[in-house]
Amino acid sequence: MTKNLRVKTSKFIDETYKISFKFNGTTYYGYKGDTLASALLANNIHLVGRSFKYHRPRGIMTAGSEEPNAIVQLHKNSSRTEPNVRATEVEIYEGLEATSQNCWPNVNFDIGGINNILSPILPAGFYYKTFMWPANFWEKYEYFIRKSAGLGKSPTMPDPDIYEHKYIHCDILVIGAGISGIMAAKTAAQNGFKTLLVDEKPYLGGSTIYQNSEHFKINNQISSSWLDKEINEIKKFENLEIKTRTSVAAFHGYNFLLARENLTDHIPLEQRNNKTRQRLLKIRAKKVITATGALERPLIFDNNDRPGILLSSAIEKYTNLFGVACGEKNVLFTNNDSAYETAISLYQKGINIEAIIDNREEIDSKLIKEIEKNNIKIYKGYTVVDTSGYKRINKISIMQLSKDGQKVIGSKTSISCDCLGISGGWTPAVHLFTQSGGKLKFRDEDQVFIPDKYPSNQISIGSCNGDFTLDEILSNITNKLKEFLNIKKTDYENLEIYSSFNKSKRNIWLLPSDKIIGKTKPFVDYQNDATAKDIKLALREGFRSIEHVKRYTTTGMGTDQGKLGNMHALGIISETAGSKMGELGTTTFRPPYTPLTFGTIVGRNVGEYFDVFRKTPIHDWHVKNKAEFENVGQWKRAWYYPKDGENMYDAVQRESKAARDSAGILDASTLGKIDIQGTDASEFLNRVYTNAWSKLAIGKCRYGLMLNEDGMVYDDGVTTRLGENHYIMTTTTGGAATVLGKLEDYLQTEWPELDVYLTSVTDHYATVSVCGPNSKKIVSQVIPDLDFSDENFPHMSFKNTKIDKIKCRVMRISFTGEHSYEINVQANYGKSVWEKCMEAGKEFNITPYGTETMHLLRAEKGFIIVGQDTDATMTPIDLQMDWIVSKKKYDFIGKRSLYRSDTIRDDRKQLVGLLTENPDEVLEEGAQIVADIKKSPVEMLGHVTSSYYSPNLKKSIALGVVRGGKNMMGQKLIIPMENKQINVIVADPVFLDKENKRLNA
Amino acid sequence: MFLINCPYCGEREQSEFKAGGEAHIIRPKQPTELSDDQWAEYLFMRKNIKGIQFERWVHTHGCRKWFNVVRDTSNDIIKAVYKMGEKPPIK
Ligand SMILES: [Zn+2]
Repeated sequence: MTKNLRVKTSKFIDETYKISFKFNGTTYYGYKGDTLASALLANNIHLVGRSFKYHRPRGIMTAGSEEPNAIVQLHKNSSRTEPNVRATEVEIYEGLEATSQNCWPNVNFDIGGINNILSPILPAGFYYKTFMWPANFWEKYEYFIRKSAGLGKSPTMPDPDIYEHKYIHCDILVIGAGISGIMAAKTAAQNGFKTLLVDEKPYLGGSTIYQNSEHFKINNQISSSWLDKEINEIKKFENLEIKTRTSVAAFHGYNFLLARENLTDHIPLEQRNNKTRQRLLKIRAKKVITATGALERPLIFDNNDRPGILLSSAIEKYTNLFGVACGEKNVLFTNNDSAYETAISLYQKGINIEAIIDNREEIDSKLIKEIEKNNIKIYKGYTVVDTSGYKRINKISIMQLSKDGQKVIGSKTSISCDCLGISGGWTPAVHLFTQSGGKLKFRDEDQVFIPDKYPSNQISIGSCNGDFTLDEILSNITNKLKEFLNIKKTDYENLEIYSSFNKSKRNIWLLPSDKIIGKTKPFVDYQNDATAKDIKLALREGFRSIEHVKRYTTTGMGTDQGKLGNMHALGIISETAGSKMGELGTTTFRPPYTPLTFGTIVGRNVGEYFDVFRKTPIHDWHVKNKAEFENVGQWKRAWYYPKDGENMYDAVQRESKAARDSAGILDASTLGKIDIQGTDASEFLNRVYTNAWSKLAIGKCRYGLMLNEDGMVYDDGVTTRLGENHYIMTTTTGGAATVLGKLEDYLQTEWPELDVYLTSVTDHYATVSVCGPNSKKIVSQVIPDLDFSDENFPHMSFKNTKIDKIKCRVMRISFTGEHSYEINVQANYGKSVWEKCMEAGKEFNITPYGTETMHLLRAEKGFIIVGQDTDATMTPIDLQMDWIVSKKKYDFIGKRSLYRSDTIRDDRKQLVGLLTENPDEVLEEGAQIVADIKKSPVEMLGHVTSSYYSPNLKKSIALGVVRGGKNMMGQKLIIPMENKQINVIVADPVFLDKENKRLNA
Repeated sequence: MFLINCPYCGEREQSEFKAGGEAHIIRPKQPTELSDDQWAEYLFMRKNIKGIQFERWVHTHGCRKWFNVVRDTSNDIIKAVYKMGEKPPIK
C-alpha cells in the first residue's frame, strides 16, 4: 500500500531534510515544507477519517483551511492534545503524531460505519424527530449519541503553552498575501503608510507562487517569477510588517480585527518550551484591504465524497508546491477552465491523466487545445453519475448531459481511476467581508456572491472580489488602489498580461443522475454529512428560510462552516423552491473564520490572572489565621475561620455564639464607601434614599434604602453626616460600583443643578468592626482618649479620633444587633488596628468571624441582605420595611412606583420569618414554599431566602418571601423536599431582641 | 468594537464605555401628579429603532461623564456625540 508518490523536486520542499512522523501509529516520512496532508498523499494515503453521521471513509479534499474531511487529533500527550486540526494546515515536524477522529476502533474498520447502511432511516432532522420522544428517554439516548458522535477529544491536563494578546494599530491592513495582497501591500508601503500584511499560510504569494505555466505571464515572465521579485521587494520596507501563519479570525465593525498568529506549531514539541505558542492580534486598522482569494467549489453528484476525490485546485497545489501526485490514474471533472490548469501541471510533471470530464459541450481555449494536443481524452457535455471504491475511489461512471442539463442521456461509461479532481468554479472568500457587516450582491453570469456595500473604510480586491482571471485581477487592482489610498500612481500601470483562461462555466448545482434522488448520496456538506436529499426533504417539510434549512439539515454547521458546500445548498434550495439566488440571501458567516484555540482567546489571563480579585488590607492576617474565603463581587472575603479541624457549620456556630456572648471582630473593609460633598448633599440624599435626610445632625449616622425608579430595592447601607456639606455613604460590597454609577447618572443627567461631588473611597479605608457586649471595653482600650459613654457616643453616631496619631473615624453602628463599633482608618493602617483590637480583646475571647457568621447574626435580627432576601422584585413594603419610607417627602427615586396598581397588590411576595415545627430542622435556601400540597398543580407561594441554625436562639430560623405572607402570621405552610415535607410557621422576621436592648447593653 | 469619541477625552475603544439606553427621556418633575399609565410611559417604554437612534453613553473607565450619541443601529456608525443638556446636532 505504501508507495512514494513524490514526483519532482519543488522549491518549496527541502528534500535534504527528511522528517519522520506518525499517523495512526505508523511511522511515515516527509520533507521539510510538507503539510501533514501532502506528506500522507506522498505516502499514497487518502483515507484519513470518518464522516460525522454516517461514518463514511473520507480523504483529503483540499489543500487549505477550507478542509472539511481531513481533520485529525494531534499529539498523544494529554496536555497538548488537540482535536479538529486540519491536516492540510499542519506543517510536519520531527516527532509529529496525528490520529484520525470519529472512528472506533480504527479508521479502516469503524463500527459507526453501520450508520452508512442505516442511512435511509437517518434523514435530515432524524435526531430531532426521534430522540425527542418520549421525553424522559432522552437521558438514555444521550448516552449512545454522545458515544458515537463528537469530534475528537479535548485535553485532560492543563495546557503547558504560553499564549499572548497583542494590540496592533496600523494605517493599512492587507489580509491575504496572494498576488493581489502583495501588490496592495507594496503600494501602501511605498506611499508611506504603516502597513501590516498577514497570511494564514507559511509562505507568501498565494496560489500564483506555484504557477509554472507558460499560459500566464506578466511582463513576459511566468507569473510566479514575476511575483517572486515583488515579494523580495516588499521585504525591504521598514513600514511594512509581514506576518505569515497568521489567520484573521474576525472582522468586526470600525475595522477592528482579531487574528491568530501561530509561532511554534510547526516546530518539534521539545523546542516549544518557554516560547509563546500563539498570539491573538487585536488589530485596529485605519483602512483594510481584503485579498482573501477564492475557494474552489466541488461538484455535487452521487458518492462525491470518497477518499481520492479532491478539489482540482488542490491536486494542482500538491503537484506544483509539494511535488506530490495525488494518484497514478487521475481523472478531472469540471464545469470550467480551471481543471485544465491542473491538467497541464500534471502533464508537465509526467503524471498520468486518464480523462477529463467537462459538463460543457462547446468549449474552446488555449488551455483546452494544449490538452487535446497531448491526446488526453476530454468528454464534453458529460457528467459523473456515480463513483465506486469504499476506502479509495477506483472507478467513476459517466453519462452524457441533456441539452438543458436537467437529465442524463445515453449509456453509462466506466472509467477506472484512483484520483478524481473536481472543479465547480470559484466562490469568492467573502467571509471576513460579511463579518464586518458588508452586504453582498449576486452576480448572475457566473453565479457568485461578491462584495457590494462596504460598512467601513475597506475594499476587497482580487478573486475575493470576483475577479478570477489574472488579467481581471491585475487590470482592476491599480485603479482600486489609487482611489482607496488616494494616490496618483502605482507600479502596476502598464503591465503586459498574458492569460489563456476562458471564463465560460456551466453551473449545475446538483448534477443529474440516472437514479432517483432518494437513492443517491450527493454530499453538499462533507463534514456534517448533509446531502442534497436532506436539503430537498427539509424544503418538502416546509422549511423555507435558508437559516432554518441550515439548522435542520446541519448544512454549514461543522467546524469548516461549510466553506465548500454552502453555495450549492443555496443553489439547490433556490432551484427546488423556485426562488432567485440573490433574493434568498446567504447564511451568516460568523467568527472565527477557522477555529481558534481557547488558549489564544484567553491569552495570559489564566490561573490567578483569569479574573481580577481584590484583597482587603487585612487579607494577610486572614490567610495566616486559616480563614476560608468566599468571593463577593471581585473581593476575597473571609468566610469563616475553622479551628482545629472544624467544618463550616461548627465554625459558624462557635463564631456566632462568641459574638453575642462576648465579642466578635469582622473585616468590613469591602463595603462600598462613597464620599459625598457639596452644598446640595443633603437634598441629594433626600432624593436618592426613601427616608428623610435634611434633619440628620452632624455626627449622626442613618440607615438608608435605595430604590430603582421602578420601586424595587436596589441597595442599602449606613450614611454618616461628617459635616454641614459632607457625608460618607456605605453601600453593599457587591453594589459599590453600580451605586456610584447610578448616583452619577442622576447627578449628571437629571439634576445637574445640584452642587454635589461623588468620590469612591472604598479602597482608601480599612474598616474594622467590633461587636458584642464587650465591644466597648475593647475599643476603649484601643482608643483610650475617646469618651465612649452612651451620652457622648450613642448608637448611630460617629466620632473623629486618633489611634497613635493616626486619624480615624469611629461609627457606632450595628449590622448584628449587638453593641458595636466600626473603626475606619487609612487603608495601610488597617491591619495594625485589627491587631490592636485582637490584642485588647484577648481577655474577652474576641473571635474573628467571617461573612457566614455575619449573615447568621443579621438573620437572627431579621436584617435583609440586598440580593439574597431581595431580587429586584421587592419593594420596601414587600420587605415589611414601611417604616423607612418617608410619607412626607414629595419625591425620591422610585416613590411613584410604590403605588402603582401592581405594587399595591396585597398578594405580592412579602418577606416573612419562618420557623420550622421541628426546631432542629434547618431549611434549604431556595426551597419552595406551598400551602396546599394536594392541589394540582401545586401553587408555589414563594421560597426560602435565608436559613440558619441559630446557636443563640437554639433553633432553626429562616427568612422567606411568601405571596401575601404579611397576613399569614402564625399560619402553617409546607416546604416540600425530595423525600419529605417540612412544616413551617410564618413568623415575625425579627427573631432576636425585638426591643433592641442589646444595642445599648 | 466601536470607537467612541468621548466629548471630554477624545476617541477611545468601546470597552471603556457603557451604554445607558435611549436619550432625551426626561424624568418627570412631579411624578406624584402622574397616572399609572403616564408613569409607566416614562418608566418602561423605550424605542428600539433600526436606523438613527439617540442614546446615552457613559465613559465608565475614563472620565465617568455621561453624554449623548447618535448611532445608526443598522450599521453601528456613530453620526455624532454631544454633551448632556445640548441639543442633538442632527435630526
Ligand atoms: Zn471621557
